[in-house]
Amino acid sequence: MTKSLLARQAPLADTAYQLTVLTQAEAAGAQLPAFAHRLRESGLLPLQPTKLGVMQINVGKMCNQVCKHCHVDAGPDRTEIMTRETMQLCLDALAQTAIPVVDLTGGAPEMNPDFRWLVEQISALGRQIIVRCNLTIIVANPKYHDLPAFFARHRVRVVSSLPHFAAGRTDAQRGDGVFGRSIRALKMLNEVGYGVEGSGLTLDLVYNPAGAFMPGSQVGLEREFKQRLGREHGVVFNNLLTITNLPVSRFLEYLLESGNYESYMQKLVAAYNPVAAANVMCRSTLSIGWDGQLYDCDFNQMLELPVASPVRHIRDFHETTLAGRAIVINQHCYGCTAGAGSSCGGTTT
Amino acid sequence: MSTYYNPADLAKFGNITEWQPEMGNKFFAYYAEVFKEGALTEREKALIALAVAHAVQCPYCIDAYTTDSLQKGADEAQMMEAVHVAAAIKGGAALVHGVQMMNKAKELSM
Ligand code: SF4
Ligand code: SF4
Repeated sequence: MTKSLLARQAPLADTAYQLTVLTQAEAAGAQLPAFAHRLRESGLLPLQPTKLGVMQINVGKMCNQVCKHCHVDAGPDRTEIMTRETMQLCLDALAQTAIPVVDLTGGAPEMNPDFRWLVEQISALGRQIIVRCNLTIIVANPKYHDLPAFFARHRVRVVSSLPHFAAGRTDAQRGDGVFGRSIRALKMLNEVGYGVEGSGLTLDLVYNPAGAFMPGSQVGLEREFKQRLGREHGVVFNNLLTITNLPVSRFLEYLLESGNYESYMQKLVAAYNPVAAANVMCRSTLSIGWDGQLYDCDFNQMLELPVASPVRHIRDFHETTLAGRAIVINQHCYGCTAGAGSSCGGTTT
Repeated sequence: MSTYYNPADLAKFGNITEWQPEMGNKFFAYYAEVFKEGALTEREKALIALAVAHAVQCPYCIDAYTTDSLQKGADEAQMMEAVHVAAAIKGGAALVHGVQMMNKAKELSM
């Protein structure tokens, strides 16, 4: 199994070094124009928030998996975990607003000891909850076997990564045996009604390419996934969300080590789509780190690029002050604006 | 440059319109239309293109349609089966002419 960049003490574990790589290549090759330049041409600079629709809380970097492409650099060795006190600050902020959706991510969010408590509290505030569940956590330990039932009780929308319907391509990205365990978990979710028509319980799958290429058509892939997972495994789900891998953390390492970095960036730049740029998710999302720091998105969080606002911590949350900020951008943003666009909710155009 | 094929040239394919815009543009418009989802899915078309790329042994096309097949969600097994289809047709096309050879040999023989 791969280890986290941090555990390996790899140079890319340092976010300042990641940013140097991202911006140096820009200086070296005229083919990679600055993202800010492209946004200016599209009339989108400074990039400003629209309506705050999602509070995305990263409850910690601990994960039972160590996927090769992980932009969080998550793994079993990562001990950064959100405390219940910080969760309470998130809930206090949430209660002041009408933000309709709370998106819980990690790591494996379920590994946070206060995860269920947090879900119950958000549920009590009447907000829609999304859990980014990596599937294998459900079968990792008996204490997680009842997660599907727990999710169903709170009508949580489950969003899970499954990069391919072929075992080999999934395991290449997420680790040996992950496909088989993911299928077992999907069946457990189906058993309580997730993905089943008429149940009202939503199970979405996330497709992100297992390599240095962009995702194809979301509609076409969804049809293919439905056919193959249905026919070969008897698994059902609602929507497939295609997500482009951003050159951050372990995916950046993969690009550099495989010699694909430059051509991948060129592909993203060439596929720049102004409509996708206008719809980037950071305009309607607030991302909160395990320690309560605020970011424009989970990628900026992992690059340690905090919000450019006097309000930088959830304890100081103030919706209108934050609404006046300019979103912090860099070269990795090309991943959100390529082709049909990419966000935590799939394509954006 | 010391080889006939340079991978960087693939990205310059569009430049062929510079010397003959009308025909070039018509070709690319047609090309784009062909690869849109129709009676066949985009993935099926990518796999056909991949097979043809091998039959015509065009390195640019192999590069482009390996990437495209992956992007459209094909896996290794599907891609290799597509190449086998190309190989079977090419091999079969050679072999079926064996009948012509047999006819001719019989014609010439006592
Ligand atoms: S991609 Fe998700 S499941 Fe994989 S290591 Fe990262 S956080 Fe864990
Ligand atoms: S990477 Fe983050 S900040 Fe950049 S465009 Fe995407 S969502 Fe916005």
